[in-house]
Amino acid sequence: MDFLVPLLGDYTFRTVALGAALLGIVSGVLGSFAVLRQQSLLGDGISHAALPGVVTAFLLTGSKNTEILLLGALISGLAAAYLMITIVRHSRIKFDSALALVMSVFFGLGLALLTWAQKTPNANQAGLKRFIYGQASTLLERDIVMMAACGAVLLLLVALLWKEFKIFSFDPDFAQSIGFDTTKLNLLLSFLIVVAIIIGLQTVGVVLMSAMLIAPGVAARQWSNQLWLMVMLSAVFGALSGVLGAVISSAIPSMPTGPVIVVCISVIATISLLFAPGRGILHKIYRQLKARSLLQVEGRDIS
Amino acid sequence: MTPALEIQLIAVFISMACALPGAFLVLRRMSMMSDSITHTILLGIVLAFLLTHDLQSPLLIVGAALIGVVTVWLTEMLEKTRLVTEDSAIGIVFSLLFSIAIILITRYTGSVHLDTDSVLLGELAFAPFNRMVVAGIDIGAKAMYISGVLLMINIILIAVFFKELKVCTFDPMLAAVLGFSPALVHYALMSLVSLTAVGAFEAVGSVLVVAFMIAPPVTAYLLTDDLKKMLILSSAFGALNGILGYQAAVALDVSIAGSMAVMTGLLFLAVFTFAPKRGLISLLLKKKKQQSEFAENTLLMHICSHEPHKQISENALHTIAARLRWDKKKLTHTICLLQKSGKLTMVNGIPAATAKGKDCCKIFVESLGTL
Amino acid sequence: MNCEDYAVEVCDLTVAYDVKPVLWDIHLAIPKGKLVAIVGPNGAGKTTLIKAMLGLVKPVSGAIFFGCNTPKMIDKKKIGYVPQSGSVDWDFPATVLDVVMMGRYGHLGWFKRPGHKDRDMAMEMLHKVGMHQYAARQISQLSGGQQQRVFLARALVQQADLYFMDEPFKGVDAQTEKSIVWLMSELKNQGKTMVVVHHDLRTVPDYFDWVTLINTRIVANGPVGEVFHEKNLCKAYGGQGLLLKGAAV
Repeated sequence: MDFLVPLLGDYTFRTVALGAALLGIVSGVLGSFAVLRQQSLLGDGISHAALPGVVTAFLLTGSKNTEILLLGALISGLAAAYLMITIVRHSRIKFDSALALVMSVFFGLGLALLTWAQKTPNANQAGLKRFIYGQASTLLERDIVMMAACGAVLLLLVALLWKEFKIFSFDPDFAQSIGFDTTKLNLLLSFLIVVAIIIGLQTVGVVLMSAMLIAPGVAARQWSNQLWLMVMLSAVFGALSGVLGAVISSAIPSMPTGPVIVVCISVIATISLLFAPGRGILHKIYRQLKARSLLQVEGRDIS
Repeated sequence: MTPALEIQLIAVFISMACALPGAFLVLRRMSMMSDSITHTILLGIVLAFLLTHDLQSPLLIVGAALIGVVTVWLTEMLEKTRLVTEDSAIGIVFSLLFSIAIILITRYTGSVHLDTDSVLLGELAFAPFNRMVVAGIDIGAKAMYISGVLLMINIILIAVFFKELKVCTFDPMLAAVLGFSPALVHYALMSLVSLTAVGAFEAVGSVLVVAFMIAPPVTAYLLTDDLKKMLILSSAFGALNGILGYQAAVALDVSIAGSMAVMTGLLFLAVFTFAPKRGLISLLLKKKKQQSEFAENTLLMHICSHEPHKQISENALHTIAARLRWDKKKLTHTICLLQKSGKLTMVNGIPAATAKGKDCCKIFVESLGTL
Repeated sequence: MNCEDYAVEVCDLTVAYDVKPVLWDIHLAIPKGKLVAIVGPNGAGKTTLIKAMLGLVKPVSGAIFFGCNTPKMIDKKKIGYVPQSGSVDWDFPATVLDVVMMGRYGHLGWFKRPGHKDRDMAMEMLHKVGMHQYAARQISQLSGGQQQRVFLARALVQQADLYFMDEPFKGVDAQTEKSIVWLMSELKNQGKTMVVVHHDLRTVPDYFDWVTLINTRIVANGPVGEVFHEKNLCKAYGGQGLLLKGAAV
């Protein structure tokens, strides 16, 4: 463990760990709502669809400033979401097909644009490619500040509109009947989820972002029967896997940070699914065996 | 054969080979599962590559196809615990397996053929460099034969098991009753998808296979109700995408695979908008027609079943507009249409149904099945 | 009677999905303080009717009035809604108390959090439906009858004057059915109006005093004694009416 001390003193590591932790918190919180509303794969689709936006932003402005690239990602993600909804509404194509279609075509567009960008003067697209798998080591202090600021706004909105999001996620018809505007709530929540995806892109990339949205929520659900606890735990698990991922990828050479973070959160999710008291699989099996043996004992007593 | 022609042929074979199983994925609502499989076969390829260090080894295909099936199995296991919904299960499984694959690639391979870039884009442009030499004679690019064989396998399997696939896709319960095994067909289809994804992998990379598997069938779905026609159209569109995509890539000097994927999207968009029965434009036109027919019926029925008001014309129209909650414009327009078709006349400025109109009312009421 | 005496008035209501009408030219008025059963065959549009009254579906034409007010003018939170229990994912992380407290959200308005008063009211209503000992229980562990009672408590906590219920007796045990009926008569004694989509014709005369028969169009609407007879039932149910001879008053 004595590699930890010099690690903590290292500026790059602190930045990466902080960025990863912020990602974990924000995606954990908003991902919980996505999971509960069964929109997990939408997160996958939007993150893949963000790629052409990133490249286009670069091609149009010539700048590799994170804010500009992420703005492009946001526009591209929202455009993809709009397209998916339109396709489903105006044809007999089902949502999963529309999702796969839009997502892969947008991603293909992004890759094609990337190869185009190769030919431009400011050609080093390492700066752009980091959005595919993420490259947490390229996080700068100003990126962290931006993530923290956006994240704070997102979390504040969630806290303010807590009961509105809660009742909307559980029973939108009832919410509408007592006077809440569910259309607006739907748009707002979806928008917040998209923004959460966008600010995490730098750390884990478009391909893996969906895991950060889904896994913390799934893990947290197993430990709690209350929404607020689930959301808090989700944030904790997300942050934990972020920091762990940063530590592991710094300690071991040639370990890409993004995928390591995803492995960490997947392990946490697996442990939760197996061992959580009450819902956990092993606990269920234990209860079944206990009940069975009790029945046998009672059977013997009677006979 | 020129390299350009060889590449296009490969592109066509791959696209058609992907479109065929893709049609069944779309119909079975398993499109996102294809996304999952195309990501995770990378892990199979990497593991097999680490064992053999040979990118051409057949073990790669076997390993990758196996991982594809394992992915499906893991996802379903996760879902069966009922602690996780289907969409979350898919997302978790493929992200984990894909992450492991990326970690392994970054740490242990680093060769030019299996780096994180080529994984995404494939190397279709380099395909002609790998030649197939039989008895000392160069008969063409290796990839051409591999993709050709892949296409043949898909065509043969789908043709032979057509009725099983059809029944299991549209009515799994009937299939079970008839003695088929939907589960077997399901896993067989997934294996075929994995196999095809592996075969396509070297040409077009990992993620874009989804575009080739989903987009052409979805496009065909807008044009036909018949499964056979849908399969034929899907492959035709696939072929078209292959050729057009290549031409565009050459003209613009971008990645061939990326260009092909975009082409699938453009073709879809064109059909989505202009298709004769289900295209956006014809749907909007049909909807407008339906809405005006509906408005006509509503107004006519209203007039038939309510007593005529004895007020002056202004009030009569006003009353009707208020009761139906229509604006004046819609009301006068609908009255006009009804007058044109001879179902309505204006008597002292108050709308009244003609004999023809009254007949229409009767027919409509009967169609509602009451009274 | 003028508009003030009516709890709900429906005027020339037509609701359609695509081109197929689900409700056609519905015209009915429900006086205040009545226990109303909405009955009709499957697909008759019963759920659509109360959803239209609640503003959850948009009609093609027609309007709803509450007393003399349009929906925009009234206080939405004063309308209680007990939906079908199948309309919700019961695996949501919430306790019984959580769900009942949601009934108070309308009173709190945007941003505000529920407080002690709301919690006390929620517990009181849980007492009324006999679920107070389950207050901390996760909702996924409830039986069908218990789920229905939780929805009922949620509506009661709104302290509404008008309640809409969608098949509250479907799939519940005899004990729950008895409690719901008792609650409904209690509410009626307090002058509340209840509009209930009901599936069991045999119990209509016992539980309700007003009935609305619909089958896409309105067949009849009035006091049970006057309107709930064989002729109207035949009209509403078509040929199946003959089997319902025993059900009629």
